[in-house]
Amino acid sequence: MNRKQRRLTMIGASLGVLAIAAALVLSALRDSIVFFNSPTDVAEKHLAPGTRIRIGGLVKEGSVQRGDDLRIKFDVTDGKSDIAVRYQGIVPDLFREGQGVVAEGKLEGGKTLVADTVLAKHDERYMPKEVVDALKKAGRWQEGASK
Amino acid sequence: MIPELGHYALVLALALGLIQSVVPIVGAHKHDDALMRLASSTALMQFGFVALSFAALVICYVTSDFSVATVFENSHSMMPLVYKFSSVWGNHEGSMLLWVLILSVFGAGVATFGGNLPAALKARVLAVQSWIACAFYLFILLTSNPFLRLPRAPFEGRDLNPILQDPGLAIHPPLLYLGYVGFSIAFSFAIAALIEGRIDAAWARWVRPWALAAWMCLTLGIAMGSYWAYYTLGWGGFWFWDPVENASLMPWLAGTALLHSAVVMEKRDALKIWTILLAIVTFSLSLIGTFLVRSGVLTSVHSFANDPTRGVFILAILVAFIGGGLTLFAWRAPALKQGGLFAPISREGALVINNLFLTTACLTVLIGTLYPLALEAWNGEKISVGAPFFNLTFGPLFIALMFAMPFGPLLAWKRGDLLGVAQRLMAAFGIALVAVAAAFAGESGASVLAPFGVGLAFFVMAGALIDLAERTGLFRVPLATVIKRATGLPRSTWGTGVAHFGLAVSMLGIIGAATWGTERIVALKPAQIVSLSGYELSFDGLMQRPGPNYTSLVATFTVRSGGVPIGTMTPSKRTFTSRAMTTNEAALMTRGTGQLYLSLGDTNSDGSIAIRLYYKPLVMLIWLGAVVMMMGGALSLSDRRLRVGAPKPGKKPAAKPALQAAE
Repeated sequence: MNRKQRRLTMIGASLGVLAIAAALVLSALRDSIVFFNSPTDVAEKHLAPGTRIRIGGLVKEGSVQRGDDLRIKFDVTDGKSDIAVRYQGIVPDLFREGQGVVAEGKLEGGKTLVADTVLAKHDERYMPKEVVDALKKAGRWQEGASK
Repeated sequence: MIPELGHYALVLALALGLIQSVVPIVGAHKHDDALMRLASSTALMQFGFVALSFAALVICYVTSDFSVATVFENSHSMMPLVYKFSSVWGNHEGSMLLWVLILSVFGAGVATFGGNLPAALKARVLAVQSWIACAFYLFILLTSNPFLRLPRAPFEGRDLNPILQDPGLAIHPPLLYLGYVGFSIAFSFAIAALIEGRIDAAWARWVRPWALAAWMCLTLGIAMGSYWAYYTLGWGGFWFWDPVENASLMPWLAGTALLHSAVVMEKRDALKIWTILLAIVTFSLSLIGTFLVRSGVLTSVHSFANDPTRGVFILAILVAFIGGGLTLFAWRAPALKQGGLFAPISREGALVINNLFLTTACLTVLIGTLYPLALEAWNGEKISVGAPFFNLTFGPLFIALMFAMPFGPLLAWKRGDLLGVAQRLMAAFGIALVAVAAAFAGESGASVLAPFGVGLAFFVMAGALIDLAERTGLFRVPLATVIKRATGLPRSTWGTGVAHFGLAVSMLGIIGAATWGTERIVALKPAQIVSLSGYELSFDGLMQRPGPNYTSLVATFTVRSGGVPIGTMTPSKRTFTSRAMTTNEAALMTRGTGQLYLSLGDTNSDGSIAIRLYYKPLVMLIWLGAVVMMMGGALSLSDRRLRVGAPKPGKKPAAKPALQAAE
C-alpha cells in the first residue's frame, strides 16, 4: 500500500466513525434533550400532556402539602403564574417554601407536573440560574435581593 | 504583613515569568547558551515565589486571619484544621493560586529533570510554559487577588460551603489540577517543536512521561471526584454527566488518545503531526474546562462566584492559547516531515482506531456540554442535556473502542495478522461468552444489554491477560523461563495490560451498580425494619450530636444479613448554623465489591424519618478500576527507556551504557 492509499483508508475510516457519531448525536439531540420552561411558559405555550419538561421558580409560600409514602405536592411560581408539582420521594435538603427549585418530569393535564427529579440550589448564596432567568422574565427579580 | 508578602511574591513570580517568556526564545534563536540556561533558573525561582505566595495564603487560612477577604468569606475559626487548610482552594481565588502553583511545579520539573533535552528545545518549552504561567498570574493579580484585605477585620468568618467540608476537598482538586495542568507540558513541547519546525521520535519520548504523570493524576482525580459526589450528594449516583464533570472527562479522553499516539510516534516515527495536534487539543480542553468551571457560565457546586470580568479574562486566555496554538499548528505543521508507513491492519492501525474513537467520543461530550450554552446564546431556549444523550452517543463509541482494545496490543507493528490475533483471542471470546451466560442466569431478566456489557468487560480483561501470557510464554515454556521473560518485559508492556484491565474493571462496576442496584425510599419510625436485597435494617433511633461547627442529627441502624447482625450504619444530617445549611452524610457499608448505602431525608411530624437505602453491587469496582488504571500508568512511567532518554543525534552511542548503569 502506498502513502496515498494509506491516507485514503485512514480518511475513509475517520469519516465513517465521524458519520456514525454525527448520526448518534443528531438522533440523541432529537429524543433525549429536555426543554426548560418557566411556569408562565407552561401557562402560555399549551404544551401537549406527557411532554417531558424542566421547570424552575420559587416554591410558593404555603403550598407544600406532604402525604403518605413520601408524596409531596407544591406549587412553583415565577410570581406571574403557578404550576403544581407532584413528586414522590425525598426532596433535597435545601428544599423550602419561598426558595428556588428546579423540577423535571412529565406534564399531566394542563397545569400539573409529575416530577421524577427535584433539585434545589447547592448553597444558600446562589439561586439556580434557570430560576433567576424565569423570575427575570416574569419581572419579579430584584437584583441583589436574594443575597 | 503575611498577605502582602504573598501578594508581592506573586508579583515577583510574574516579573520572572515575563523574563522567562522572552529571553530563552531569543537565546534559542541566537544559539546563546547563557540566555537559554536562564530559563532553568527562572523556572525554579518562579516555583519558589509561587510556593511562597501559596504558603502565605495557607498561613492566613490556618491562623484564621479574617482581615483577608477570601479567608473571611470561606473560613471559620471553629473549623477543623484540615478544612481550614483545604479551604485555601475551596474558593475561586485560592484555587487559581493552586493552579499556578502546580503550573510552576511542572515548570521546575522540566528545568530539573530535563537534563537530557537539547538545550534549545528545553529553553523554548520553558518559555512557552512561562507564557501560560504569566497569563494566569495576570488573571489572579488583576481579577482574583486572594490577598485582598478588608478595611475592618470581622470577628468571625462566613464559613466554608458545608458541601466542601469534606476530606474529598483536600484530595480531589489538587489531583485534578495536577492532571489538567500537567498537560500544559505536552502543550509547551508541541508549541516548542512547532517553533523549532523539527520533530522526531525522541520528542514523543520526552513528552510521554509528563503526559503519563498528568494522565495518572487526572484518572485518580476524576475517580476521587466521582466517589466524593457518590457519598455526599445522598442519592448514590456516581456520575451525573454534569458539565463540570464533562470538563474533566474531555481532557482525560484526549490525553488518553495522546498517550497512545505518542507510542506510535516514539516507536515508529509516524503520526507525528497528529500527536502534536492532540497535545495542543488536550491542554486546550483543560483550559476549556477551567473556563467552564471558573467563569460562572455554569452554575454548579464548583462555581464559587459569578463575576463577568473573570469570565471574559479566562475567555481571552482561552482564545489566545487555543487560537494561537492551532494557528501556529496550521502554519508550521505542513513543514514537518512525514513519518513511517504502516498497513491499516497493524499495531499502528489499531492505535489510530483507538485515537479515532477516543477523539470522537470526546467530541460528542464536547457537543453535549456546549450545545445547551450555544442554544441559549442563540435563541434563549434552555435545554438540559443529561445522561440519556450521553448514553446514546458516548456509549456506543466507547463500546466499539472496548471491543477493539484487546486486538491492539496483540497486533504486530507495521503489518498485522488480524485472523491470527482473533485466533489467539479465542480463549477471551470463550470467557466472554461464559460471562454473558452467567450474567443472564444470575440477573433473571433485569436487563438485556447488561450481560453483554459484562461479557465485553471480561473480554477486555481476558485479552489483557492473554497479551501478557503470550509475551511471557505462560503455559508454553517452563516456569523459570516465564519468570525470566516477565521480568525482562518492558514495564510499559505491563502498564498497557494493567491499565486495560483496570478500565474493564471500572466498566464492570458501572454496569453492576447502574443495572442491578436496588433501592428503597421509605419513611421509618424507630424500631421499624426495612429490608433490601437480603439485608435487614432496623431503625434504632435518632440523636443529636454536636460537631465543631455544626450539629448533627444521627440515626442508628442495625444491619442484619440472614438474621445475623453484621454491623451498624449511622447516616446523619449536619446543620451548619453559620450558613443555615444542611448536608447529608450517607452511611456506607462495603460488602465484598458491593455497598449498602443509607442516607437521611426529612423528618416528619409523626416522628418518622425518610430514608434512602440502596444496595449497589460491584460499585467499588468503578473506583478500584481507576486505581488499577493509575497503577498501569505508574508501571509504564517507571519504564527505563523513558527515564534514560532518547539517544541524541550526533552523540556517540558508547556513552549510553554508563548512563544506564547509573540509573
